[in-house]
Amino acid sequence: MTLPLALSATEWLGLFVHFLSLSLLAVGGAIATAPDMHRYLVDERHWLSDAQFSSSIALAQAAPGPNVLFVAVLGWNVGVNAAGGMAAGLHAWGLGALGMALAMLGIMLPSTTLTFAAARWGHRNRELRVVRAFKQGLAPIVVAMLIATGWILAGGHGGPWAQWPLWLLAIASAVLVWRTQIHLLWVLAGGAVLGALGWV
Amino acid sequence: MTPLAPTSPQQAPEPQHPQGTEPRQRPQPQSLSDLFWSFSWLALQGFGGVLAVVQRELVEKKKWLTPSEFLEDWAVAQILPGPNVMNLSLMIGDRYFGMRGALVALTGMLLFPLLIVLGSAVLFAAVSDVPQVQGALRGMGAVAAGLITATGMKLVAGLRANAMGAPVCYALAAMTFVAIAILRLPLAWVLFTLGGLAWWWAYRQLRALPTPAGETP
Repeated sequence: MTLPLALSATEWLGLFVHFLSLSLLAVGGAIATAPDMHRYLVDERHWLSDAQFSSSIALAQAAPGPNVLFVAVLGWNVGVNAAGGMAAGLHAWGLGALGMALAMLGIMLPSTTLTFAAARWGHRNRELRVVRAFKQGLAPIVVAMLIATGWILAGGHGGPWAQWPLWLLAIASAVLVWRTQIHLLWVLAGGAVLGALGWV
Repeated sequence: MTPLAPTSPQQAPEPQHPQGTEPRQRPQPQSLSDLFWSFSWLALQGFGGVLAVVQRELVEKKKWLTPSEFLEDWAVAQILPGPNVMNLSLMIGDRYFGMRGALVALTGMLLFPLLIVLGSAVLFAAVSDVPQVQGALRGMGAVAAGLITATGMKLVAGLRANAMGAPVCYALAAMTFVAIAILRLPLAWVLFTLGGLAWWWAYRQLRALPTPAGETP
């Protein structure tokens, strides 16, 4: 389940810097940057497996709290992988905590600093054309980023033809949540039961 | 403490205090610990996203914000990069207690959920080799993909009122989707090119539209 790897100090710094750079691009929420995290952590660096990436997001979605916590789980799992899995005991807890802290600090620090400085200005100048144009112009981009994130996550285990039950479940949950007021926890629980039974 | 006092013209005039010392005669957090526990409590209720809970708790129950103030704050939190709900908490905390309030609100939002999510990650790792658990996570992963897609789908309706017009919006959205989901281009590249283009186009289009009442462009 875990990937054997050892990270150098430079690579830890790389993890931090990558999340720092994504922070200011996270227009529309941190989840919109998930495709880029997937590209970096799974495809390029091989620090996480595809399954670990999707399950990190699933865990954070199932737990209470802001969705940005999926970044904490991603960082935690990179750290645990670097330690060689939870079997490494204290070492795994330490590196997991390091990965989590670097990822969360990275994704939060630039955006919160900017928000702190810019919120007052933006609030006072929300009628300015350049501010309204930014809001209006970015709206379709932000919407598409969210849908693309869903697409990439659904494809984590394979294409629509190879893994049609998973894709069907993803599409069915999307339609349920889009069209009805059903509580998200029921949908997540339904997915967990279907998966545990081996149907998807 | 009140440089951000609400200024929306359509809002009913609040009783003005001639001295202007404390214009707000409505509920607000009593202390930093009140702020901390309020945000902790609402974060812990927020399964699958906290925004709906923030609205219910802070606007409807505690009445720290009016609905129109909430919408304005939310718009700014959404424009700015970063996790939207975290941006919103930061702004609300900052309003009442300055930087300390901002930090306390963020901490309240993150602390307990972080511990819970970490606990579940550890628990899942311990049993992750059990086929049923792997299956359950696969299923939940597919649902999570669906939830995120649905959030996007819900927002599509809002594009109809966009100043750029619905067809341009759909075209921009389609190009963004292809660039990210199919071509897997880096996000920065997509945001700077398509985002910059959209910003410029919206700026042009907004000039052609009649300006809202009271605005001097």
